Amino acid sequence: MSRTYLPLWITFTLVLLMFGAGASQFEGFASLRVVTNLISDNAFLLVTALGMTLVILSGGIDLSVGSVIALSGVAAALLIGPYQWHPLLAFALILPCAALFGAGMGALIQYYQLQPFIVTLAGMFLARGVATLLSEESVAIEHPFYDAVAEFGLELPDGGWLGATSLLTIALVLLMLVLTHYSRFGSYVYALGGNSQSAQLMGVPVARTTILLYAASSMLAAMAGIIFSFYTYSGYALSAVGVELDAIAAVVIGGTLLTGGSGFIIGTVLGVLLMGLIQTYINFDGSLSSWWSKIVIGGLLFFFIALQKLLSQQWRRKAGGQA
Amino acid sequence: MSDQINTAAQPLLQLRQINKNFPGVKALQQAQLSLYAGEVHALLGENGAGKSTLVKVMTGVLQKDGGELLLGSKALSFATPKDAQQVGISTVYQEVNLLPNLSVAHNLFLGSEPKRFGLIDKKAMAHQARQLLSTFGLDINVTAPLSEFSVAVQQLVAIARGVAPKRGAACTKVLVLDEPTASLDADEVQTLFQVLRQLKQQGVAIVFITHFLDQVYQISDRITVMRNGCFVGEYHTASLNKAELIAAMLGKELCQQRHQTPCLVVEQSESILTARQLSSGQSVQQLDLDLPAGQAVGLAGLLGSGRTEICRLLFGLDQADGGTLSFAGKAIKLSNPAQAIALGIALCPEDRKTQGMIAALSIRENISLALQAKQGWWRVLSKKKQQQLADFYIEKLQIATPDAEKPIGQLSGGNQQKVILARWLAVEPQLLLLDEPTRGIDIGAHAEILQLIRQLCQQGMSLLVTSSELEELTAFSSKIVVMRDRKKVAELSGEDLNSDRIMAAIAGASV
Repeated sequence: MSRTYLPLWITFTLVLLMFGAGASQFEGFASLRVVTNLISDNAFLLVTALGMTLVILSGGIDLSVGSVIALSGVAAALLIGPYQWHPLLAFALILPCAALFGAGMGALIQYYQLQPFIVTLAGMFLARGVATLLSEESVAIEHPFYDAVAEFGLELPDGGWLGATSLLTIALVLLMLVLTHYSRFGSYVYALGGNSQSAQLMGVPVARTTILLYAASSMLAAMAGIIFSFYTYSGYALSAVGVELDAIAAVVIGGTLLTGGSGFIIGTVLGVLLMGLIQTYINFDGSLSSWWSKIVIGGLLFFFIALQKLLSQQWRRKAGGQA
Repeated sequence: MSDQINTAAQPLLQLRQINKNFPGVKALQQAQLSLYAGEVHALLGENGAGKSTLVKVMTGVLQKDGGELLLGSKALSFATPKDAQQVGISTVYQEVNLLPNLSVAHNLFLGSEPKRFGLIDKKAMAHQARQLLSTFGLDINVTAPLSEFSVAVQQLVAIARGVAPKRGAACTKVLVLDEPTASLDADEVQTLFQVLRQLKQQGVAIVFITHFLDQVYQISDRITVMRNGCFVGEYHTASLNKAELIAAMLGKELCQQRHQTPCLVVEQSESILTARQLSSGQSVQQLDLDLPAGQAVGLAGLLGSGRTEICRLLFGLDQADGGTLSFAGKAIKLSNPAQAIALGIALCPEDRKTQGMIAALSIRENISLALQAKQGWWRVLSKKKQQQLADFYIEKLQIATPDAEKPIGQLSGGNQQKVILARWLAVEPQLLLLDEPTRGIDIGAHAEILQLIRQLCQQGMSLLVTSSELEELTAFSSKIVVMRDRKKVAELSGEDLNSDRIMAAIAGASV
């Protein structure tokens, strides 16, 4: 089996094992309801992690996504509530603004050759600060559109139910799958992660790609914020704290190299599913503390980082002698 | 090479009077190059001659500061590598500059992938990749990541990419190969040359940079030689023999004016360092070397002959795997530079930019660095002491700077070199290894550094100096060791100590 796919297969196997373990121990675990709940419960994390995958594939990192989720949630709640905008109109304003925010970070990273870590850390504080400035309190959303969206969905047998947000998430996964693996932009992202200097020499538009991919990450985070607002019917400046770290964890568990250049969108989907399954298992058990999910995720992260190191060392040894 | 290039026709590509400056260094001065369709043009010169810089100007990686670039009769200016690619100038760089994480096929077509319904058609891409590579005699799995293949295959893929059709670009007219054979074995070189001959017939102009002179004679039609960022000459390969070529590369006419003091009086003196049958892997083979105390020994040879490797070995940067080494009468074994420094050996490396200076630190800090390291970090040199040290050497070496606090990065090349020298002089070594101390510095500073080398010898220090400029070596050396292909081929002293003899030794029997 190719080394490129090895982490992917390991994650896939773990997902099956986890599901098998749940199914064998708990009645009702092996049902479509559990699967669809898995998607709808983790939709906002998955959407965030899609953007994060793109960023990490390019060799960067985006710490601002959690704050962008909160900011877009608060902004949406304020526009819909006090300002009486139609939700769709609010979204139409928020998404491009988020893209601009991401593009700004990308531009800083590109043109001033700054570390993505530090730039997006600044972005994280900035977005969280602005969100808190807009409203320190949680802002409730009451709008017929939200009720309509909550009602809308696809009824499946076996208690399964794909709501509007789940459908949107699935659509976004498919879109990102095509964008990442079958578009020129996607290849450029991989090229950046492989070696940005080589990429430059091969004629890859490095600046444009960097700016676009951070814009995409922020826009997806804003999308996640909107999805989040459909769960909570509110926007709150202190929500989604640390989601950026969950997203990074999902991407890494999904087999994407933290150093960039190698990984798959489907891996991230599996990573999110695995993390969700652990939580579901704990919920079914009922006696386990939910902090166990953090412990297991921590262990998994260690395992995958060690695996990455091992694989990339082999990779270097094989390609060696050209330095 | 029966087909003579018609040099009466208009050149395909012309570079005229190209200037390029980096802070403190004039990398190119009035450099020029003209290429005709269907020729292999060797671009030769020692390390630091400006070949790579010239190529980078030609391919849009660097922007020229002056001069003109003509494609046909059209003046062009490239802002990015893509601009150069658009008009049909492709480059394969020294290191394989591809993406190890992408598939072979994707490496070939990145940026111009075949598409179907707006999406990349991976099947068609793999098919085209197989076709392209088959002309190179390569039959490999094009969907596997590039990192799975040997460097030689990667190199061929890089060249294939160079000639692959690109989206929206003219077909390849000029192909630049920077040291393409460095990592290839003999068979692979022949495969590459076959490909080059094919491309030649298709009318591609190929710029071939290498330091393997045999290969130059095998494949090239014409030669341009560069030295110190300047154009030296343009020759037909057939009418230039190897000795003449080496003379052009190393330069003879230069140092007449600073040749006032001929060789030092050679006194018999004890060896400070003796090496017997010293070897290190492939890089140095069975070296016998005696460095007399209080004298400067020159180390000559072409790039890649093992000069730098000897310096690294004697400084403990590389480890010997055979032979013996003794210093000041005692047998020693060096496994790291700290041991060498403790013994009193110092090395001024070849590339001061990346291996020597710390650009952002001041002159004072750069000078105190080695002494501080030798003393150990717990015995901190006081700022006052550092100041004295810096002032002393600024005065002694005549470093041109308003004060010792100026960052070294802002000095000229010659002054940077003096600061690095000062750093090691401050340690008061018994043996100083200087690897290309005069590279890339102006002629005035050049003479000063030579003067300094003589002074140091008089003060009893021993030196081993590597240089590509032979006249310079003969100006201060009591003895010159000539390297070829990682082996010592001659040791010249007394009467034999002149550049003609050195060149003869470098060229060896194969002239």
